[in-house]
Amino acid sequence: MFKGIVCAKSFQLAVALFILLLLLPPFVPRFYVYILALIYVTSLLAMSLNLLVGHGGMFQFHHAVFYGVGAYTVALMLTKTRMPVWVGFLAGPIAAMFAGLVIGWFCVRLTRLYFGMLQISLGSLVWAIVFRWYRFTGGDDGIHGVPMPPLLSSLNRSYYFILIILALSLMLLYLILKSPFGSTLQAIRDNPDRCAAVGINVRRHQLLAIVVATFFAGIAGVLFVVLERSVFPDLLFWVLSLEIFIMCLLGGWFTFAGPVLGAAITVALRTFVGIYTEYWTLILGVILILLIFFLPEGVMGYLLEILKPRAKEAAGRRE
Amino acid sequence: MGVSYGAADLISQFLVGISRSMILFIVCAGLSFVLGVLRVPNIAHGSLYMIGAFATFSLSKVFAGSYGFWFALILAPLLVVLISLVAERALFCHLYQREHLMLLLFTFALSLIFGDLVKLVWGAEYRSVAAPDLLKGSVSMLGSSFPRYNLFLIFIGLGVATALWVFVNKTKIGKISRAAAVDREMVGMLGINVSWVFAAAFVIGCYLAGLGGALVAPTVSITLGMDHTLIIEAFLIVTIGGLGNMWGALVGSLIFGVTHSLGVLILPQFAIIFPYAAVVIVLLLRPKGLLKSVW
Repeated sequence: MFKGIVCAKSFQLAVALFILLLLLPPFVPRFYVYILALIYVTSLLAMSLNLLVGHGGMFQFHHAVFYGVGAYTVALMLTKTRMPVWVGFLAGPIAAMFAGLVIGWFCVRLTRLYFGMLQISLGSLVWAIVFRWYRFTGGDDGIHGVPMPPLLSSLNRSYYFILIILALSLMLLYLILKSPFGSTLQAIRDNPDRCAAVGINVRRHQLLAIVVATFFAGIAGVLFVVLERSVFPDLLFWVLSLEIFIMCLLGGWFTFAGPVLGAAITVALRTFVGIYTEYWTLILGVILILLIFFLPEGVMGYLLEILKPRAKEAAGRRE
Repeated sequence: MGVSYGAADLISQFLVGISRSMILFIVCAGLSFVLGVLRVPNIAHGSLYMIGAFATFSLSKVFAGSYGFWFALILAPLLVVLISLVAERALFCHLYQREHLMLLLFTFALSLIFGDLVKLVWGAEYRSVAAPDLLKGSVSMLGSSFPRYNLFLIFIGLGVATALWVFVNKTKIGKISRAAAVDREMVGMLGINVSWVFAAAFVIGCYLAGLGGALVAPTVSITLGMDHTLIIEAFLIVTIGGLGNMWGALVGSLIFGVTHSLGVLILPQFAIIFPYAAVVIVLLLRPKGLLKSVW
């Protein structure tokens, strides 16, 4: 099924990496298991955003809202109702998708910066409600101690769960991107006017992309709750939205796996720089400026650029 | 709600809303000006506003006595100007040819750096600045009492609006910057150093951010994170006003400030929702903003 769609070599590499990561937990300290799991959650969030930003060319400025909606939905379901756990896990992404449908329905009527601004104001509305509605969402305290089923009782088990869901999601995202729908989306990014002229319904495709991306953002939200067992309104704040945006650019937004790299770098930086100094955003800012000046294509884009001539050389030699 | 409000409360709340709008207007006019000339949504604008407020706190301590605030009101925005000029000439001016999103990211990086620098210099405690003696207390107007400082803000807002109108329409640099907003290449061809026009526009915009920060200082507790709340509001105001249109910033600020202060009367807990909802309604009815955008 994957033949022809997936480059055999990078597929093998991905499978090898997946197996390696799956075997890792017994051999590394607990803290690193936690950090890795956090990286996976953030990666999925960044990947879902990149479907819109890198491949769709849309100014999705407030993606964190959907992450937060997913997380809050599952946390509320598990603390306030007696529904089975899996219903909560399913409800998270579906609620996020629904929020994406509603917000996206308004946003796709506008373009570029106006699209982004409308989304920020709609997203801030959601944030303000969550932030202020103490009785229902816990306001700025958030919800802590979300109960988890025995299957996910230990950190290592959560790690396996998160990793497997991440792998499945990335596979799905890859297939979506290589499908006719994905190609149309990229065509719309490159030239929306021409796409409209050849009869593509630009708005409908963009809305569908938003729905898909917010669904995956919702999954990331659920995984966050699985890992942290708590939610707080900062999950929906626009600063987080910009941070994920940066992860995409940092990793390389025109590559498939770039955002994963960007998320890994950002989370690792925050964790390890955070150990030594509380001024880690200062360091992130400096790194970002260096990146803008020296690596405009992102880390992954840069790596691919270096590797490409070599791969060609190797191919030439084989002939 | 069960609570009834008299007309006097309504009027006084309305005036408080307008005075808050004036601070928003001063900040947003700067943001809009930079947006119009440089085409960059400057995320660091909020951080400069925060620096303005913290600098006002420190300067009004340095110049103790009842005149401290007035000195701070003059000097704090100038400090912000200095910072922004350095940032623009050292880094930002090399990026003008680059993609929009990269410029946006650069200003975000600046805001991260400024935010942490403020934490480094002033710490994470809450600070407050006392209003000068002249503006303490309140005056009674139309049967309700109204704080003097807020009245002062309304006058300052009108003053800044007038000054900006004169600057943009009557001075040479104002006219050049308007021309550069429309067609920067043509302006360059006429022998004007566009790079310095951009620097001037950026610095003037940042001055307004600093001034807004200085003016807001006596009315709120100055704290880290005030940049985040402000910048999001400022972006929305500029968008509903029409990108780059200074009068749009005025209209947008009034909508934002007044809906918020009247929202306090209707649903105090969710007052913050009213301005956002107003923005959504405006954007749905007039997606390109109320007034003509320069883009």
